[in-house]
This record gives sequence, structure tokens and C-alpha cells, in this order.
Amino acid sequence: MIVFILYVLIFVTSYFLVKAIVTRATNDYASLKTVTFGDESAVVPNRFASVISILTIFLLWAAFTGSSLVPSFLHAPGPFIGTATFDYTAELSDGQRDDATVTVVVTRAGEEPVMPEVDPGTGFAKNDVDEIGAWRSGLIRVERNDEVPEGITESVVAVNGEPLAPGGSVETNYGRVGMSPKGTLNFEPAKGWQMEPIWLPSPEAVAARFMDIARDGYRDSTLLEHLGYSLFRVVVGFLFGALIGIPLGYAMGLSDWFRGWFDPIVEFMRPVPPLALIPLVIIWAGIGETGKIILLFLAALWIMAIAARSGVSGVKISKVHAAYSLGASKAQIMRYVIVPNSLPEIFTGARVAMGVCWGTVVAAELVAAEKGAGMMIMVASKFQLTDIVIMGIIMIGVIGFGIDMLMRWAERVMVPWKGKG
Amino acid sequence: MTGLSIKHLSMRFDLPNGSSVQALKDVSLDLAQGELLSVLGPSGCGKTTLLNIVAGFLAPTDGKIVLNGHRVTGPDAERGMVFQQGALFEWMNVRENVSFGPRMAGKRERDYGSHVDHLLDVVGLRDFKEKSVYELSGGMQQRVALARCLANDPDVILMDEPLGALDALTREKMQSLVLKLWKETGKTIILITHSVEEALLLGERLLVMAPRPGRIHREYRLPFADMGVATDLRQVKKHPDFAQRREEILSMIWDMEEEIMGRTEGAS
Repeated sequence: MIVFILYVLIFVTSYFLVKAIVTRATNDYASLKTVTFGDESAVVPNRFASVISILTIFLLWAAFTGSSLVPSFLHAPGPFIGTATFDYTAELSDGQRDDATVTVVVTRAGEEPVMPEVDPGTGFAKNDVDEIGAWRSGLIRVERNDEVPEGITESVVAVNGEPLAPGGSVETNYGRVGMSPKGTLNFEPAKGWQMEPIWLPSPEAVAARFMDIARDGYRDSTLLEHLGYSLFRVVVGFLFGALIGIPLGYAMGLSDWFRGWFDPIVEFMRPVPPLALIPLVIIWAGIGETGKIILLFLAALWIMAIAARSGVSGVKISKVHAAYSLGASKAQIMRYVIVPNSLPEIFTGARVAMGVCWGTVVAAELVAAEKGAGMMIMVASKFQLTDIVIMGIIMIGVIGFGIDMLMRWAERVMVPWKGKG
Repeated sequence: MTGLSIKHLSMRFDLPNGSSVQALKDVSLDLAQGELLSVLGPSGCGKTTLLNIVAGFLAPTDGKIVLNGHRVTGPDAERGMVFQQGALFEWMNVRENVSFGPRMAGKRERDYGSHVDHLLDVVGLRDFKEKSVYELSGGMQQRVALARCLANDPDVILMDEPLGALDALTREKMQSLVLKLWKETGKTIILITHSVEEALLLGERLLVMAPRPGRIHREYRLPFADMGVATDLRQVKKHPDFAQRREEILSMIWDMEEEIMGRTEGAS
């Protein structure tokens, strides 16, 4: 909630700041338009907003994980670390009362606590020392060292002077002291607003883990191997899909028999999400490479077939007529008119197919795999290695984005006439 | 024998609802080598159907087309076609478009190269050879289409409203170009148009067609095309005969249009 409010706050303030500071000196066509609301072509992304948006994500991430990347005054309040104390009042069944102090050393996970020496104090209730990890809570058996005569029972009745009954709790400066139904005290140091590393590791922890895995690997494979396997499956599956799908689409676009024969199959298979095929593919082909590639082949096949088919149907008949009356044969019309004319559609299909394949391969690896990006984050999540999970998600996103950029670039280079016909 | 003859051509389309449309009925015509025929008529008179049959894209339900002694059964390089627009191959540059026919026939660059370059000069696209066709204006694109058709050296050139999508100024320039090319190459040309002025200017012979069923309504032999080869087209338009012919044909087509309107209004 706080994060959301902060986010909106940054959004709004940066908007006004940028508008106030940056005045456009440009005189281009769009900036001279007086009607911009409702004119979509006048809306160009504000690059300041994009930069601030990305910075904000990292800033919030760093602030709420206590990252060393941002100065500490930007940190959200962290968990209590250090030495906490509270007093308790114990009462014996014969009515005798005594106070004692509990000293709790709160450390970050993995740090060795340094236990201070404390004077036991006077009276039957003795001072206690204990240790608890930050973000954790723990039972504190204060009566353990107390000197209680035989046949008499002791119970804690107040903490820091505030009365406390079983099931209740008292807030102290250092955290919450609760009492279990059986009367045992437990202490929960203040958690602050920062996220615990096992839920959300700091950016530098993720980066460190990235370096670590890139060098040493995870689960017997380096990061490059994991990502490489996923990419390899996508590329091979997609290539097979395109290799069969494009000719199939052409055949459907050029022959009534092919169109009639494959229309029901293609139209039925297209809306089936490839993820729904995972169980069947695992039953038939197992969890090895074959199964994955068959799955990705099926994911790409229908998309490519439909793209090629609509590419053929999109040929202007006047172009085909022109080619015929210039003396072209059927094969020449295929080679010089139909194929180049359908390339833009095929590239669009290929971009969609690559995206779907990338999503499908990660999902398939989540289900079962020995190597791969999806497998990596799935296994890591089982061990609560959140930094690997986050790093994996970022890598999957980066690669997916890269694939799309690459396809767009290939499209620009190879079909510059797209949309110009 | 040389020339194109259209013999008793009829075309009937069956519609899905069981009725049928008589697009052409008993159209006969003889065209000698090197004649320029313009075809005029209200919409729905079957002029595009006629052209598609001559091109070989459609088979007539009755009658036949004979070109240079043999019967036309399908599209062929001997009958080139210039479309209204959009028939260029945008994945090829201007020169590749123009040389498409010779290349498809398996000729080599050294055989067709000089001819293609000459044609590009004639249509004024010498400096645009390497450009992509989608970078050109509409008028330039039509000049590419003309050059592409001529590069293939067809016997007959069929033009389906080739200048219809151009602005008035470009159109006038292109009309001169068509006349010039016609005189230079001596091709037989059939030109379909919506513009009475264009039909008069370019047509050595002029065919006015009538709709429902599509048929030949009147035929003219005109002197204006020959005049246009020698002088400016604007001079031709000032000729008193030109104005008179234009009025005559315009009112003829108006009458036909009104008859159609009256018929459809009466039917509805």
C-alpha cells in the first residue's frame, strides 16, 4: 500500500517537475498542433517519463530492500537490529512479585550474535539474555533461570509495566511481546517496512547472484547453458514449425483441396493454447528435448500456417494478372510475386510465433526439464532462492524482448516494402 | 492474318441467388494492327469484363477472341495489360519492374538491358531506375507500368483506366505520352476510360457501350488522336469538332444513365 502511494506520488511529482523544468523549444509539426487530446498521432512517448519510470522501479526496489546502491536516507525503515530490552513482572502463586529485564540480541540472518554478559539481578526473577533473527519471532522462556521454590508456580503478569494475559500482547520500543495461551512469552522484533531478503532480495544481491551463477552455474549448468537450452528449443521448434507451416499455408492459399482438408484442423488447433498440450506431449514424448521441440513445433506450426495462408490471400489479383500477362509461368509467379508479397505477413506471424514459443518453452520447463531458464527458476523457488527466481525472470524478459527486437530488425531489413503496396 | 478480332462475344454470370447477369451480349469487333481503340460507357456496361476476356483472365460463355490467327485461351505475353493502379511489384525497384517480362522469358541482361534503359528514358524515369516503386508518385508509377508493359513487346496493349487515379495535370501529360508511345511503337491498344475527353483524345476509334446487357452502342472513327500526335493536346481540345463530339457522346451517356436510373427506380 505504501509502495503504491509512493509510486503514485513519484509519478505525479515528476510529471509536474519535468513539465516545469523542461520547456520544449522544438517547433516540429506535432508540437505546433493545438488539438492533441484525442489525436493519437500527437501522443509521442515522453522519454523523460520512461527514464524516470525505470529509475523509480529500481529506486523503490532498492529503498524497500535496504540496498547499498542508494544512500541510506532513502531507505524505508528497516527491521530492528541490535539489542532490545524489555522488563517483565513475574508473580508467584503465593503472591510474591518481582521484576527482571530481558535483553534480546536481534541479528540479521546468518550473522553470529554476540551475547552480552548481564547481571542476573536480585529477587527470584533473574535477568535473561536471548537472541532472535530479524523478521523472525521467538519464544523467550524468562522463567528458565528464575529461582522459584518447589511447589510454587510462576507466571508473567506484565511487560514494561503493562499487564499481560495469555493470548495478549504488548508493544515495546523494539517490537511486540506476546504471550502464548500457555503463558510463554514470545518476542517479535519490529519488522520495519523493508522486505525480507527471502521475499525480495536487494538489486545488488540479484546482481551478485547473477555473476555467481554466470560463473559457477546452478544445478550443474551455467546460466548460459540454461538460457541457451531454452533458446535452442525455441529456435529448433520454431524452425520446424515454419518449415512445415509456411508450405502448408501456401498450399492452403493456392489449392481448394488443401484449404478444405486442413481448414478444420488448423482452425481447431489454433485456439488450443500450447500449454494445454504439455501433458499430452509429456505422455507421448517424455520430458526430454524431443517432447519440448514437438511442443514448440506445434505452437509455431499453426501460427505460421495461418500467416502464410493470409499472405497468399492478400496478394492483389491485379499483381498476379500483371505477372501472367507479362508471360510469367506458375512457378515464376510463385517465386516472384506470391512469396515476396506474403513475406510481410510471414514476418508478422514469425514474430508472434517466436513470442508464443518463448512463453511456451518457459512454461514447459517449469513443468519438467533438466536444464533451461524455466527449470532454473522453478527449482530455485522450491528452495526459496528468490534472488535466482528474480534474476531468471529478468533474463527471460530480456531474451524475449531481444527476440522481438531481432525479428523487427530482420523485418525492416528484409521486407522494406511492408505496408507500402 | 494480323490483328485482333472479337467474335460474337457473350458473357453471363450466374449469381448465387439463381438469377444471372448478362455482362456482354454478342459483341463483335475487328481491330487492325496498330489501331488505338478507346472504350467508353456508363458503369456496368461490361467494358472491364470485355478487357478481361481479351486479356485471357476470363473465359467467355460464348464467342471467341482471335489474335493474329490463333484463338485466345488465357493470359499471355502477347497481350500486355496496364492496370488502374497497384499492379507494380513493390519488392523490386523500378528497373527490375520494367525488366520483369524479359527476365521471366529467360533473357539475359545484355539482351534486354539497352531496350529497358531506352524505355525508361522514353517515360522519363532515367534517374529513378534504382528507386523503389513505392517511393514514386502515382503518375510515375503508371509510367513504370507502361514501360513494363512495353518492355515485353506485346502485340496488343490493354489499358484498364490507366490514368483514372491521376490528377488532371499529370493525366494530361500521360495522355500525350500514351499517344507518343502508340505512334512510336505501332502497337494495337485498347483503352478503357470513364472520361469522354480522354476517349476522344486518344481513341483513333471510339466504342460507346451500353449496359444491361453490355453491348456496342455506337462506334466512331476520330481524327483527334492523329492530331494529338502532331500538336499540343490543348489545341486539339479547342477544335470545334472536338467540342461537338464531346457534347454528342456526353448526352448519349447521360441518356443511358438516366434510363438505368429510371429502370431501377421503376423496379424498386
